[in-house]
Amino acid sequence: MPSFVIAEKCDGCKGGDKTACMYICPNDLMVLEPNEMKAYNQEPDQCWECYSCVKICPTQAIEVRGYSDFVPMGASIVPMMGTEDVMWTCKFRNGVIKRFKFPIRTTPEGEANAYADLKGKDLDSGLLSTQEADGYVLVAPTELA
Amino acid sequence: MALPNKPVGELKAVRDPKVDKRDVDVLIVGGGMAACGTAFEIKKWASDDTKILLCDKAAMERSGAVAQGLSAINTYIGENKPEDYVRMVRNDLMGIVREDLIFDLGRHVDDSVHLFEEWGLPVWKKTDDGKNLDGKKGQKAGTLKGGATPVRTGKWQIMINGESYKRIVAEAAKKALGVDNILERCFIVELLNDKNDPTRIAGAVGFSLRENIVYIIKAKTIMVACGGAVNVYQPRSVGEGKGRAWYPIWNAGSTYTMAVRAGAELSMMENRFTPARFKDGYGPVGAWFLLFKAATVNGLGENFAASDDAKAELEKYAPYGTAAVTPTCLRNHLMLNEYKAGRGPIIMKTTSALAKLGETMDKKEMKHLESEAWEDFLDMSVGQAGLWCATNTEPEKKDSEVMPTEPYLLGSHSGCCGIWCSGPEEDWVPAEYKWGYNRMTTVKGLFTSGDGVGCSGHKFSSGSHAEGRICAKSMIQYLRDEGSKVTGFKETDQELVDFVYKPVRNYLDHCNYTTAEDINPNYCKPAGMAMRLMKMTNEYGGGTATYYMTSGKNLEILMDLFEMFREDLEKIAAGDLHELMRAWEINHRLYTVQAHTRHIQYREESRYPGFYYRGDFMGQNDKEWFCFTNSLYNKETNEWTLKKVPYIKIIAD
Repeated sequence: MPSFVIAEKCDGCKGGDKTACMYICPNDLMVLEPNEMKAYNQEPDQCWECYSCVKICPTQAIEVRGYSDFVPMGASIVPMMGTEDVMWTCKFRNGVIKRFKFPIRTTPEGEANAYADLKGKDLDSGLLSTQEADGYVLVAPTELA
Repeated sequence: MALPNKPVGELKAVRDPKVDKRDVDVLIVGGGMAACGTAFEIKKWASDDTKILLCDKAAMERSGAVAQGLSAINTYIGENKPEDYVRMVRNDLMGIVREDLIFDLGRHVDDSVHLFEEWGLPVWKKTDDGKNLDGKKGQKAGTLKGGATPVRTGKWQIMINGESYKRIVAEAAKKALGVDNILERCFIVELLNDKNDPTRIAGAVGFSLRENIVYIIKAKTIMVACGGAVNVYQPRSVGEGKGRAWYPIWNAGSTYTMAVRAGAELSMMENRFTPARFKDGYGPVGAWFLLFKAATVNGLGENFAASDDAKAELEKYAPYGTAAVTPTCLRNHLMLNEYKAGRGPIIMKTTSALAKLGETMDKKEMKHLESEAWEDFLDMSVGQAGLWCATNTEPEKKDSEVMPTEPYLLGSHSGCCGIWCSGPEEDWVPAEYKWGYNRMTTVKGLFTSGDGVGCSGHKFSSGSHAEGRICAKSMIQYLRDEGSKVTGFKETDQELVDFVYKPVRNYLDHCNYTTAEDINPNYCKPAGMAMRLMKMTNEYGGGTATYYMTSGKNLEILMDLFEMFREDLEKIAAGDLHELMRAWEINHRLYTVQAHTRHIQYREESRYPGFYYRGDFMGQNDKEWFCFTNSLYNKETNEWTLKKVPYIKIIAD
């Protein structure tokens, strides 16, 4: 199900500091054509359809078309990302539409606690830093062969 | 129209790239769950002046196997005993596993899961009256760390709303390490040994996917975790659909290849995973089996796995086959027997499973159940949802087909190939399994985690993260004890640039000879080489073409084909930076799949029926082969050596 870019909607992220789809694609597929200032998928048969580009595109210019070698035409899956939830619209070939909303995170973006000030004490113990801080006791196996 | 004799990619490669030299104490290669674990943990133990660098081929926010998200965390010990976790893994992997590594993982993994929840990952909770709450509503039930009950689908799995799982984990990793210490779109392609002690690691070389830059990095200790290997066997879909691999398609075996070329010992590389998944879309089946209690039937509508014939077949593989939970490979084995007898296809009865659940549920609960079924796909395998929509498949009205995929090589999911690593320095760990630093390979200073660590499957996303954290601490111990022994590598800057950019030079030297750049007698292109590699492994190395069957003679032919392939890689050509990445990936895939098939050749039994078969050595031969098989590769002489290593049982039955 390779991703594709709708020509009219893509502005090459000219308002941003980097092309969002090119930044995010885990397989380095999305590229910017600098003359037209539009992105495209340069290797559709290597697309994992992970939807990372679809989800990140600031102009909703990217969608996915089913793999030509086994997917009948006419369906679509469109995610809409929020800060706490994702909304999915699933359109069937026969016109049936299903919508789902799922939570994606329970904290504000950027607020993950990196424990920046935590320093481990005993480098030679088997405890991880947060285990050590919590007073966790490392267990050894008791049911030995 | 211009002649098609120009590179296709937008970022053209040049003959002489810039060189960017770095000198660090700690290098982390990879950006997935394992590397994020190392990135989170390492500064907690390092002194403030320790120089740390992480290189990711992609962008950490969405790199690795969890890029798309996940609908479950498959390893959370919780109320269970780590000993039972070892027993489960041991049985699923047919007895031969490193129990020290598995136990160690089991006692650390929950701490990572607790962090994920704290960072914002929504975790489902069970109410006192047995209802499921999603991760948002479940917050009022408290946290796992605080004692709240997760929604278990199996003994070890818990349900999450995991669309943004990787973004959350990467956010904490990047904050902990500092973005100035991270190079994204930097593909490390080769590790470098110490000039005075070739059994010690001293650096790495790679290149940028965005600019013509070669990175030459001196490092005292390195953690390599770049996932497993995908597209080493021809996929069932060979057109556009070959992108719809089950495991992430960008996993090119870089972990195993870079390690083995640096002299690290590999272990159990014959192990592979050919998961049975929804046909073509490769969506997950776990929730359907475990949460919705769906059954599979053969083409005749028979519950073949419960037949007397199936029971008799499983008894041949006792005690594994007769255990309460049938090992993954044997479940495949039963399925393959149906296909071979002409009783395919295999159908997942989603309709009857949902109808049965509906008997005890009201309309609102059924609606919720439908939503859970779709989320399972949308969180981690959107393409499967797309295929259901395109084929008008509503699971309550229409069943779906299940089929074993092409083979994958990995060490973190239901497989255990990988690198031979030291276990923890503790009394209960046999002397043969520890050499100073937990998760260090047999190369001094070189560590691995996640898919990299062999003989210890079933760690999944959470276990990979925890293992990356274990590595972080070990690396700082090594740095303290042996950091001053690292003297640098012998290769010059020019040698390294010539090595990394050879495909670009091949291209530029010859591209004008013909009028179409892909067809040229002086070089080969990555796309063609990828198909050539997958054709040979599929036909001779036990791919889907032969129902995963191979033999000594087939493997002998395969080794000859590999050798010519390796020689031809000297002529691989790349005209742009994306193609240069593909050129190096196919190089990494070759060594990895060669290790895999050499191990199959060496082990004269069929240890994992359903994953692969040696036609000339069917069945298990415990007398000769109840042991690990380890391999080494010498990149100076191009020689592989394999040996048996004794298995030591640590945990009682």
